[in-house]
Amino acid sequence: MTRTPLRPLARILSARAAGENPDVIERENLRARHEVIREKSRNRAEGRLLFMGLAFFMAFTVIGARMGLLAASEPMEPRSAAPGATIVAQRGDITDRNGRVLATNLVTHALYAQPKDMVDPGKVARELAAIFPDLKEDDLKRRLTDGRSFMWIKKKLSPEQMQKVHEIGDPGLLFGPREMRLYPNGRLAAHVLGGASFGAEGVHSAEVIGTAGIEKFMDDRLRDPAKAAEPLQLSIDLTVQATVTEVLDAGMKMMNAKGAAAILMDVHTGEVISLVSLPDFDPNDRPAPLLEGDPGDSPLFNRAVQGVYELGSTFKIFAVAQALDLGLVNPDTMVDADAPMVWGKYRIKEFKNHNYGPLLSVTDVIAKSSNVGTARIALMIGGLRQQAFLKSLGIFEATPVELVEARGARPLVPAKWPDIVTITASYGHGVSASPLHLAAAYAAIANGGTAVKPTLLHHTTPVVGTRLMQEKVAHQAVLMMREVVTRGTASYANIPGYAIAGKTGTADKPKPGGGYYKDKVVNTFASTFPAHDPKYVLIVTLDEPVDTSSSEPRRTAGYTVVPVAAEAVRRTAPLLGLRPEIEVPGQNALTAVVQKKN
Amino acid sequence: MTEMVYGSMPVRAGEPVLSRWWRTIDKWSLTAILVLFGVGILLGLAASVPLATRNGLDPFYYVQRQAVFGGLAIAAMLGTSMLSPDMVRRLGVVGFVLSFFALILLPVFGTDFGKGAVRWFSFGFASFQPSEFLKPGFVIVTAWLMASAQELNGPPGKTISFCITLTVVGFLATQPDFGQSMLVIFGWSVIYFVAGAPMVLILGFAGLVAGGGFLAYGASEHFARRIDGFLSPDVDPRSQLGYATNAIQEGGFFGVGVGEGQVKWTLPDAHTDFIIAVAAEEYGLILVLCILGLYGTVVVRSMFRLMKERDPFVRLAGAGLACIFGVQAMINMGVAVRLLPAKGMTLPFVSYGGSSVIAAGITVGMLLALTRTRPQGQMGDILFRRGR
Repeated sequence: MTRTPLRPLARILSARAAGENPDVIERENLRARHEVIREKSRNRAEGRLLFMGLAFFMAFTVIGARMGLLAASEPMEPRSAAPGATIVAQRGDITDRNGRVLATNLVTHALYAQPKDMVDPGKVARELAAIFPDLKEDDLKRRLTDGRSFMWIKKKLSPEQMQKVHEIGDPGLLFGPREMRLYPNGRLAAHVLGGASFGAEGVHSAEVIGTAGIEKFMDDRLRDPAKAAEPLQLSIDLTVQATVTEVLDAGMKMMNAKGAAAILMDVHTGEVISLVSLPDFDPNDRPAPLLEGDPGDSPLFNRAVQGVYELGSTFKIFAVAQALDLGLVNPDTMVDADAPMVWGKYRIKEFKNHNYGPLLSVTDVIAKSSNVGTARIALMIGGLRQQAFLKSLGIFEATPVELVEARGARPLVPAKWPDIVTITASYGHGVSASPLHLAAAYAAIANGGTAVKPTLLHHTTPVVGTRLMQEKVAHQAVLMMREVVTRGTASYANIPGYAIAGKTGTADKPKPGGGYYKDKVVNTFASTFPAHDPKYVLIVTLDEPVDTSSSEPRRTAGYTVVPVAAEAVRRTAPLLGLRPEIEVPGQNALTAVVQKKN
Repeated sequence: MTEMVYGSMPVRAGEPVLSRWWRTIDKWSLTAILVLFGVGILLGLAASVPLATRNGLDPFYYVQRQAVFGGLAIAAMLGTSMLSPDMVRRLGVVGFVLSFFALILLPVFGTDFGKGAVRWFSFGFASFQPSEFLKPGFVIVTAWLMASAQELNGPPGKTISFCITLTVVGFLATQPDFGQSMLVIFGWSVIYFVAGAPMVLILGFAGLVAGGGFLAYGASEHFARRIDGFLSPDVDPRSQLGYATNAIQEGGFFGVGVGEGQVKWTLPDAHTDFIIAVAAEEYGLILVLCILGLYGTVVVRSMFRLMKERDPFVRLAGAGLACIFGVQAMINMGVAVRLLPAKGMTLPFVSYGGSSVIAAGITVGMLLALTRTRPQGQMGDILFRRGR
C-alpha cells in the first residue's frame, strides 16, 4: 500500500509538539480537499450533463424532422407508373456477322396490382383470367383479397393485352415499364443466344440478365453501359444459319432421328458461321428445364456443344495424319488390315465383319474406313504421341467457345491409356467429344495444319494458330478424305459443283448401365469444302437415325447423315460466296481440241 | 450546524410524506410519463388487435393485459419515486444482485419462446425477462461505485464497475441479446462520462470507432454492403422497414384515421418494435411529435435538474437512468425512420410488453426519486464561502 503523507505537515508537527491531537487537523484538511474535488467534479459534470441533455434534444429533433420529411413525402408505391419515366437501354443488341439483329430490346409493360386500391377484386380476377388463360380466377381472387398491398401479375404484356387490362378500368391495376429482350428470329440460333430473364425488379424498371448461351457468357459485356450502343457482333451468318436449320430439320425427320446438330466453321479463323441443334426452342419463351428424365432430351440441350458422343470413324483421319506427319507412312504405304485383328482378349472387327485385307494402302484405310488398318497405324504411333496429338487438337479439353454450356461439356477421356485404348481411340471409340471439338480439329487439318480456336465472335483479322502438322501432310489428309467421297463410304456427298472431302463416322450409343445398344447409333459426317482449297468445315450429326427407304433399316452414316450434309453444302456454299465448279459436259474430240487451244 | 455544512436533508419534522413528495417531485416528467402510458394504451387498441386475432383471442385481450401491467407499473413507479436516494441505492443494489442471479440461471430454467434466444422465465400467466430488471439495478450499482471512487481514499470503483459490466455483457451476449448488451455498455459509458472520463480517452475512443468503421468499410465487402444498403435511399417495399416507411408516408400530417391503418396487419412487430409506425399511420405526424416531445421532456428535464445536484451518486445514477430510458426510445424511433440500422428495441411504456413495463416503471420511478428537489447546500455557500 502507498504511504499517504501527513498533511498539512507543518501544523501537525507543531500540534504534536504542543501535545494536541493531530487527527483533528488532518481530518479538517481532508474535508477541505474533498470539498475542492467535489466542487471541481460538479462543475465538470454540469457541463457534461448539459452536453448530454442538448445531445438528446438534438437527436429527438432530428428524428422528428426526419419523421416530418417522410410524412410530407408521397408513399413509395406510385399511384400511376409515371408515364414519362424513361428507361435507358441497358443491354446491348446482338447481331450476326452482317449486322442483322439477333437480339434486341423492346419496351413493354409489366402488370402489377395494389389490392387495397382495388374497387372490385372479384370482377378484376374474372376479367384477368379471361385475358390471360394461364391465370386461374380463384387463385387470383384469393391472392387479391388476402390483405397484401402489392403483387405482380404479369411480367410482360403485349400491347393488345395492355389495352384489354386498361379496359377493365380498375384503379388497383397498374403498369410498370419494362425493357424486355426480344429475339426477332424466333427459334433461329436459339442455342447460340440462350435467353434472358429479369433480374432485380422494381416498379419503374427491371434489369435484364442472360440465362444461357452467349447472353450469359457475355453478360457483363452486354450490360456494360459504355458499350450499350455498340452491338455485339457474332460470327453467325443469319442466312446460312436459316438454311442449315431448314436442311437439318428436314433431314432429321426423313432419317427418323430424335436429334441433330450441325456446325459450319471457317477453317482459317475458327469462326462458327452456323451452329444448329435440333430440337430447338424459342428463346423469347424459354421452356423450363426438364425435372426428370435425361436432360439431353430437353430442347434446351445444345447437342453441338454439350452433346459429348463417341464420334466413331471420323477420328481415323487424326491417326493417319499423325502417321504421315511423323513420316511413318505415306499415302501409298501398304498396312496390315487383316480382320479380325486379335489384341489380347479383344477382337477388332470391321463393319459387318468385312475383311478389307490382308493389305490396304493408307488412302484405302480411310476411303474404306478400316478399323484394323487404323489400329495398326495407331500402334505404330504409340499411345503417348497419340495422346499428345489429340490434346493439341483440343479434343481433351472443354472448348473455349463463348457459350456458358461449353465449359461444362468436358470430353470423356479414359484415365489410363493402354494399347487397347490407343487402338479404339484411333477409330473414335472410348473417347467422347462434342461435334464442336470435331469441327475445330477438322478445321486444323483443312486449313493446312494450324490449330483453330472455335469462336462465336466476328473476327475481321485472320487468326494464325500454332502449327500442328506439315502443310503437305494436311493437304494429303484432305485428298484422302476426298477419296472417301469419290469412291468410299460417303459417295452421296459427291455432288456436282462443289468438291466435298470428308469422313463418315458411325458409333453405337452406349447404354446408361454399360455396354452398347445394337440398334441405336450416332452418325456423323465431318466434311470440308471445297476440297482443293478448303475454306469451311461442316460437321453434321444425327442422333439415332435410321433410313427406312430400303427393305432393311440402314443406320450407317453413308446412308443417313451424308445426304443431309451434301444438301446442306449444296445450298449454303453459294450463300458463302463459293463459285460452283462447272464440269465440262461430256468430253468429245471437238471440245478436247478447243480446250487444248485454250 | 453539521447538517448545514454537509448539505444533508434538513429535517422537516411533521411534514407528511405525500405532501413533501408532491412538492419536490418533477411534475412535468411525471405528467409526461403518465401521458406516454395513456398513449401506449391508445395505440395498443389499434396495434395489438391483429396479434390477438392471429392468436385466436378476444380482440382487446392484449389491451387489457397492458392495462393491468401498466397499472402495476405506475404503482411501482409512484412507490419508488417516494424513496430517498439512499433507499433507491439499496433497492437498486438488491435488485441488481437478484436479477443478476436470475440472469445466470437463465440457461438452466429459461425459455426462448421459439425465438432462438433464451431470455425469459415463463410463469404461465406472464413471463419475466431478467435483463429488463437488471438495467436499472446495474445503473445504480455503477453510479454508486463511480461516486465512491471520487472520494479521497475511496475504492477503485471505475475498475470494479468495468469488470461488472464485462461480466453482465458476457452473460447477455451468450443469450444472445446484443440490444440489451449495447444498452448496458451505453449506460456504463454515460456514467463514466459524467463522472469525469478524461477528454483524451473520449476523443481517442471516438477516433478509434471512426477509424475502425472506415477500415471495416474498406476491408469487408459484407460490412460495406450492409452500410451501403442502409445509406441508399431506396428501401425494399416488401421488408419490415419498407412497410414502416410506407405507413409513415401514408399517415402524413394528420393520419389516415383511427382504426383505418393497414400496416399493423402486415408487420409482425407492429405492437412492439414498430408501434411508432402504427402511430404515424393512424394519427399522423402530430402524435409522433407529441410522443417525441414527451420523451424529450423526461430526458432533458432530468438532465437539467441533475446539473444542480451536488450529491455525486444521485447525479450519476440519475444521468444513467435518464439516458438508458431516452436512448431506448431514440433507437426505436430512429430505426423506424431509417436513421439507424435495424435493431429490435421496444419503446418504453408505449410498446406492448408484460413484465418489461413494470421494469420501465421502476426505472422511471428511481429517476423521479433522484430528480426530486432537495436542498443543495446553498445555505452553506452563503454562510461560509462568501469570501472566496
